[in-house]
Amino acid sequence: MRSLTLVVPEAALLIGAVAALSTGMFLPRRRQWLTHGLAGVALLVAAVAALVAGLLTGSGTAQAAFHGTYHVDALLTTVRVVAPVAALGVLTMARREVRAHPRETEYAVLVLLATLGTVLLAGASDLLVLIAAYLLTGVPLYALAGFDKDHAGTESALKLALFGALAAAMMLLGVTAIFGLAGGTVYATLHEGLGDIPEGVVAGAAVFLLTGLLFEAGVVPAHFWVPDATAGAGVGVAALLTTVPKLGAVAAIHRLVANALPADVSVVVALLAAASMTLGNLAAFWQRGARRLLAYSTVSQVGYLLIAVAAAPLPEARDALAFYLAAYAVTNLGAFAVVAAVRGEWIDSYAGLVRRAPALAVSLVVCLLGLVGTPPTAVFVGKLTVFTAGVHAGLAWLVVLALANTVASVFYYLRWFAPAVFRRPAGEAGLSMNGWGAATAYAAAVLSLALGVGAGVVLG
Amino acid sequence: MLSLVVFLPALAALGLLTARSRPQLARWGFVAATATEVVLAAALWLTASGTGFRHEQRLSWIPGIGVSYHVGVDGISLALIAMTSVLFAACAVYSLRQQRAPATFAALMLALETTAIGVFAALDLIVFFLFFDLSLVLMYFVIAGWGHRDHRRAALHFFLYTFVGSLVLLLGFIGIAIAADPTTFDIAALIEQPPLRDAPVAGGFVLLAVGIGLAIKTPLVPLHTWLPPAHTEAPAVGSAILAGVLLKLGTYGFVRIALPILPDAWRRFALVFVILGVVSVLYGALVALAQSDVKRMIAYTSVNHMGYILLGLGTAGMIVGNTEPARQLAITGAATQMVSHGLITGALFLLAGVLYARAREYDMASFGGLAGVAPRYAGLMAVAAFAALGLPGFSGFIAEFHIFTGSLGVQPVATAVALLGVLLTAALFLRALHRLFLGERLLPGGVGRFDDVAARELVPVAALLALATVIGVLPRTLLGTLEPAAHTVAEWVTL
Repeated sequence: MRSLTLVVPEAALLIGAVAALSTGMFLPRRRQWLTHGLAGVALLVAAVAALVAGLLTGSGTAQAAFHGTYHVDALLTTVRVVAPVAALGVLTMARREVRAHPRETEYAVLVLLATLGTVLLAGASDLLVLIAAYLLTGVPLYALAGFDKDHAGTESALKLALFGALAAAMMLLGVTAIFGLAGGTVYATLHEGLGDIPEGVVAGAAVFLLTGLLFEAGVVPAHFWVPDATAGAGVGVAALLTTVPKLGAVAAIHRLVANALPADVSVVVALLAAASMTLGNLAAFWQRGARRLLAYSTVSQVGYLLIAVAAAPLPEARDALAFYLAAYAVTNLGAFAVVAAVRGEWIDSYAGLVRRAPALAVSLVVCLLGLVGTPPTAVFVGKLTVFTAGVHAGLAWLVVLALANTVASVFYYLRWFAPAVFRRPAGEAGLSMNGWGAATAYAAAVLSLALGVGAGVVLG
Repeated sequence: MLSLVVFLPALAALGLLTARSRPQLARWGFVAATATEVVLAAALWLTASGTGFRHEQRLSWIPGIGVSYHVGVDGISLALIAMTSVLFAACAVYSLRQQRAPATFAALMLALETTAIGVFAALDLIVFFLFFDLSLVLMYFVIAGWGHRDHRRAALHFFLYTFVGSLVLLLGFIGIAIAADPTTFDIAALIEQPPLRDAPVAGGFVLLAVGIGLAIKTPLVPLHTWLPPAHTEAPAVGSAILAGVLLKLGTYGFVRIALPILPDAWRRFALVFVILGVVSVLYGALVALAQSDVKRMIAYTSVNHMGYILLGLGTAGMIVGNTEPARQLAITGAATQMVSHGLITGALFLLAGVLYARAREYDMASFGGLAGVAPRYAGLMAVAAFAALGLPGFSGFIAEFHIFTGSLGVQPVATAVALLGVLLTAALFLRALHRLFLGERLLPGGVGRFDDVAARELVPVAALLALATVIGVLPRTLLGTLEPAAHTVAEWVTL
């Protein structure tokens, strides 16, 4: 019973999904928006319940549920609050795309299930729960990627599903190997069980195990789906794909590295971080499509996030990771919301945005400068705490590389927002703005700034 | 008290934005706000007693990463805050005939004043950076909105160049903060315990980042290319503030951050800054000599004058052994030069604006014999030019004299080469006076007459030049405040 009270937010998401699905079955198409309202309420309830639970227990304690297969701690609290809020942002910015769509209800249900999956990923402390959570996160996303049944969407759905299935197979293989080696699947037993096994063997099994999580987080070398799916799916789905699964997957990697796997694995994570931030940046440099640029930017951002994972043994690394995850989710979502509002696929089409929609241009600048990591935005504090943790964990080389990458990243973000602010609009005077997308963008920009300025309170 | 001085102009700016339909009220409100600020700055100066940082104020902000709202002043920042407030007041009077959107313009300028004073008062690297970055954005709008000729392009060039520079600076700040244990951005704490003492390579790279960021702002050759177009296309008051105040953000950063927080790295690489300083002195003077555009010429003399400051600060890092007085002389000279350059170049740019207001032209070749039609204008320009070339009796002389005496002992060659710069500056200013004011009367085509300076142009310029003269004749007024601070900075560099 105590275990059940610990997972009220998860229950809210599940009940919300079931309720939305069953309500949707009986609603006429023009009233299906009600299911989105229901989903929004479920997401809000989940976020508020998680926040209240987190405030009541305090950040230092970790509570085990269901015989130690699930842990509620500060990291999970962050994901439980941020993922529903991000999903709410996705539902809001996608309103225009899905309104009166034949599958409007399904959209909300799938978003809820993917959110639930990502939360479970972040809390899983047992390999079997992890596998289940992985599938729960992944499968709704495949369906969402092909939601419009158009050419590009189908391609990205297929790509996601194939890569996802391959990664799931490898992950299962890793779970099997580790179960065989350690004689258990609960993280607490793994740590002891893996103690005497040769390092090479454990590292090999761990790499297989991590593959699925790396896939969902979009880390190099499992990032190939990111640009295609981001550019091919609807804007809302693209925002969802690059934000929500990352939250759970990165938290899950952190939990594995910190609690279950031997310390050597953090070297592998550090190398993955270096590859991800560098290759993501290099690929983003000459992108002309706004969404592809953002897609590669998320690949590099996940590289920065992994620094905190590589520094996992330090307690400060966990707090840094939690903050950076929240900051990244809000800021990235804001950038996608601007894309949803303007409906401009190419970065050229943003030229002169400041004259056509000043507030939207300001939101774009705030979000992109936020992704660079300029004070006083939230990602600045996130990056800084992560980098500090990295230095304290002896990963100075990685932090220097991250700083160099940060400077380089200014270039491609500037290629996007500089014309938006400084150039004249390319022709048409008015802008038929998507109000829902714009509202999401404003909210995300304000939240990103508030999180940065109020970081003292949040971190405390 | 200090926070009030920092934020009063911004509050006034908000107030003026509501007066957009009443231009006359906006213009006089601008004057009143800047005048109040002068009074407040003077009060700040007079009530600052003791040594170290005064009027300190510290509010917790993000304790997890050592960021706080921390402000405080020493002698150098006090003098710069006072100079800034005076220059803004002069610009406010000069703008009494501002036609294009006077309320918005005044609000932008007042916000700019807040950011500049904020930088001079900041004792936290993040606070410093935020004000620093905001000043770029505001200056962009001043140039893009109120400039002339090719101003949009110049504004964009200015913004992108200095913005990238500011990000490099931020990188250096992050390096400093992470290296400190515990992580902190507090300038006072970092000066107490400079990080990176036993990390020569990391210290070098952090100084490189901080150095590039500040050198772009200062600017030092070869990172000066944003400056001439920005100065030339900005409105007169914009140029005056850009040269008089915003360039000081760079040199002040060297005094407040690079020298005391990275003393070891500064001492190791001081020669680099000496060389860059001397190159800026000579290159600025030579290129200025080749200009026929008055404003461009003044802009390049700014490069020249900033070079002297870096020469002084660089040699302060090279002086070894028991030569405390020489080091202090060099730093005092550099600080005096910052104040002096602000006053004199501010006056020069306002005077160049008079030329444009009358004839829509800056080209010296189009003018001649103006002394006959505009004797007061000729007189002011002559005084300003003599002050700028460092004639004894003006503040520029005090500054350059200190720098040269301080650095001659350690860097005789560099100092001798830099002295050539003084000669070149003298030549170019005399030539400019000669071409504009003497000889046959000549005006650009289509311009019938050339009125002498009006009261709203005369008063601010004369006030700035009078202050430069007071400092030149009674240097103790300024040096009394600067010297103790320079002494402290000199000690920090040697620690």
